[in-house]
Amino acid sequence: MEDQKFIVSSSPHIATDVTVNKIMYSVIAALIPTVISGIYYFGIYSVWMILASILACVLTEFVFQKLRNKPLTIDDGSAVVTGLLLALTLPPRLPLWMVILGAVVAIGLGKQVFGGVGCNPFNPALVGRAFLIISFPVHMTTWINPVDGVTSATPLNLLKMEGATTSYIDLFTGNIGGSIGETSVIAIILGGIYLIYKGYADWRIPVGYLASVAILSLIIGQDPIFHLLAGGLLFGAFFMATDMVTTPVTKIGRFVFGIGAGVLVVIIRVYGGYPEGVMFSILLMNGLTPIIDRYTRSRIYGEVRQ
Amino acid sequence: MNGVLTFRGGIHPPHRKSRTSSLEIKKAETPSILVIPMQQHIGAPCIPIVEKGQYVKVGQKLGEAKGFVSAPVHSSVSGIVKEIKKWEYPLGQEVDSIVIESDGNETIDESVRPVSSLEDLSPDEIRQIIREAGIVGMGGATFPTQVKLSPPPEKKIDTVIINGAECEPYLTADHRVMLEKPDDVIFGLKAIMKTVRVDHGYIAIEDNKKDAIKLLTKKCADRSDISVVTLKTKYPQGAEKQLIKAITGKEVPSGGLPMDVGVIVSNVGTACAIANAVNVGMPLVERVVTVTGNGVKNPQNMLVKIGVTFREVIEQCGGFNGTPAKVIMGGPMMGLAQYSIDVPVIKGTSGILVLTEDEAKQHQVKQCIRCARCVDACPVGLMPINISNYISIGNLDEAEKLNVLDCIECGSCSFTCPARRPLLPNIRMAKQKIIAQKRNKK
Repeated sequence: MEDQKFIVSSSPHIATDVTVNKIMYSVIAALIPTVISGIYYFGIYSVWMILASILACVLTEFVFQKLRNKPLTIDDGSAVVTGLLLALTLPPRLPLWMVILGAVVAIGLGKQVFGGVGCNPFNPALVGRAFLIISFPVHMTTWINPVDGVTSATPLNLLKMEGATTSYIDLFTGNIGGSIGETSVIAIILGGIYLIYKGYADWRIPVGYLASVAILSLIIGQDPIFHLLAGGLLFGAFFMATDMVTTPVTKIGRFVFGIGAGVLVVIIRVYGGYPEGVMFSILLMNGLTPIIDRYTRSRIYGEVRQ
Repeated sequence: MNGVLTFRGGIHPPHRKSRTSSLEIKKAETPSILVIPMQQHIGAPCIPIVEKGQYVKVGQKLGEAKGFVSAPVHSSVSGIVKEIKKWEYPLGQEVDSIVIESDGNETIDESVRPVSSLEDLSPDEIRQIIREAGIVGMGGATFPTQVKLSPPPEKKIDTVIINGAECEPYLTADHRVMLEKPDDVIFGLKAIMKTVRVDHGYIAIEDNKKDAIKLLTKKCADRSDISVVTLKTKYPQGAEKQLIKAITGKEVPSGGLPMDVGVIVSNVGTACAIANAVNVGMPLVERVVTVTGNGVKNPQNMLVKIGVTFREVIEQCGGFNGTPAKVIMGGPMMGLAQYSIDVPVIKGTSGILVLTEDEAKQHQVKQCIRCARCVDACPVGLMPINISNYISIGNLDEAEKLNVLDCIECGSCSFTCPARRPLLPNIRMAKQKIIAQKRNKK
C-alpha cells in the first residue's frame, strides 16, 4: 500500500443526491401534463409561444451573465422553468414578440438584476406577466374558446361582468377560456402532486392557499368550488406559490404565505377591478416573505421560554 | 414506553451498513509496532510514566491522567518501549506517543484482576475502577466516563441511557457489540446505574437493528429495571440531546449538559468497557472498529488494540480497493478526514472509512435557492441558511442571535443542501470565532 494524498475536508463527507438541477428539471417534468393539455386545447401556436418564452428567458440569462462576467448558470434549468411558467400563464393567442418581451423582463428585471437564481424577491415569471398585463391590457385579456377557437371570456370574467356561471365539468377538464396552462385542473393537480411527493414543493402552501380561498368565498356567499377551479388559482397554488426562492423557509411561514395569498385572491376577485387575483396575491405575498420568515422562526431545542 | 421513538428534524442518509452488519467481530492481528498517544480524551494529555527501553505488559499504565477531564492510558501489548516521541494522531496535531515493540506474548500485567463483584462495590469504588481503567466515551466524543458519572450533588440523576442508536451511516461496531456481548452491555448499564444511584435504565436502539433489539429485549425480559426502547431510524438519532428528547421528552437546556435534566447517556462500547474493567480488571486497551467503505477490499468489524495504525488495520482488511480518495475516522456524517494512515487507532475510533474518488467527489457549490431543506432537517430548529448568510457577510452578532451556538454539528444541513453549500463548515467556523470573542471579553 503506497502512500497517497488524501482529500481532507470538513464533515459531513456524504451528501444527498438531490441537486438544484434535479429540482428544476423535476419542476419541468411536473409541468409536462399541463403543457400537453395546453397544446391539446389551444393548438400548435401554444408550442411556439412556449418555445419563444423559454428561449428568450435562457438567452436573456446568458446575455446578463456574459455582460456582468458572472458564471453561466443556464444548465441549472431555472431559466427554462421561468420561461415555461410564464408561457403557461399567457393567453393562447398572444403575439410572439410580446411573449419574448415578457420573458426578457421576467429574467432581466425579475431575476438577474437581483443577482440571479436564489436572490430574486419576486417570482420572475409573475414579474414578466405583471409587466405584460400592464403594458398590453387588451391582448392580455383576449381569451379564446378551446372548442371553436373564437374569442370568449374566462369563467371569472363571465361571472364578474355578466353573472354567468360555468359548469364544473368544463372547469375541471379545462374546456374553458383562459391561459394556456391554467385550464386543465387534472393536469395541474397531477404535476402538483408529483412535486409534493418528491419533496420539491411544500404541501402547506397549496393547502393553505386553496383552503383559505374556499373558506373565505364560502363565508362571503360565493361558490367555493367555482373559485377553486376557475382562473389560475390551482396553477398558481401548485407551481407559482410553491417557488422556493420567493416563499418562506419555515414550515409555519409557508402556511401563513398560502393563507395570506388565498385571502388576497378572494378580495381581488370579488371586490377588485381585475377578475383574476392569483398573480397579484402571490407577488404581494412574495414581498412579505422576509417578514413572515422573521416572525415564524421555530423554537430552538432546549431554548428557555422567556 | 411503546412504539418507535424519535425527534423532530433529521435526515435519512443512505445506510451502507449491510456490508458489515452481519460480519462477526474479528480479532485484528497485533503488529510488531504500536503507537499509543498520550491524549485519547478531550482534556489535558497524560504524562508518560514509563521510560525508553522499559518492558511493559498488557494493561500496564503508560500515562498518568493530568487534570480533571483526563483519563489514563494503558499498554495494549507486552513489549519494549522503543521511543517516546511526537506522533501524528487522528484528531489533527502531533501528540506525545509511546512507541512499543510487541514481543508477541501478550503477557498480562499483574494489576489486571477484578477487585470484587459489582454488588460489593460502592459507587465511589466503581468510579475509581472506571477512572483507573481509562474509560472514555467510545461513541467518538472521548469524554472521560468517570467525570460524566460524577455529577455535582445538586444535579439529581434519574435516567441512564445506553446509546445503541448508531445512526452514522456505514458503522456497525455498536450493532455487533450488542449482538455479541449483550451481557456486557447490560452489565455496564447496571454498573452506571449503581454509580449514579438510578433505578431504571434504557438501552436505546434504532429499528434498523431488529436482531439487536430482539436479543436485548429477550435478555432483559425478566428485569424490571431495564427497558429496551426502539428508536426510529433517522440521523442524528444517536446525538445525545436528540436521544434524550426521544426517550424522556425532556430537552437539555441551551448550553447545558444532559445531567441538567437528570440524564446520563453512555455508548454501547463504553458500557462494555466498564463491564470489562469491573469483571476482568482490564483497562480500555482495545475496541471494536468498523473498517468499511468502497475503498477497502474486505470491509470488517475488527477488535483492534489501541495503538495499531490505520495502515495496519486497512492492510488486514485486504488493503485499499482501487485508489482511495478519503480516509475518515468515524462515520461519514461527523467523522474526521485524515491526512495520513499512519495515525493509530485510539479510544474514540468507531470506524475507519475509506471512500473512493467517486464517493468523495467534491461538488460544485451553487447559489442557494432557499429550498429550506436545511431548515427542515435541523434537529435543533435552527435556520442554517439564514445563519450562513449572516456569516458570509461577517455579521456574527446576528448569527449568534439566531442561536448558532446551539448547533450540534451533526451536518444534516450540509448533507441535504441541493446547492452543496458548506453550511456546517461555515457555522462551525463562526461558532469558534464567537466563542473566542466571548473568551476575550471576559
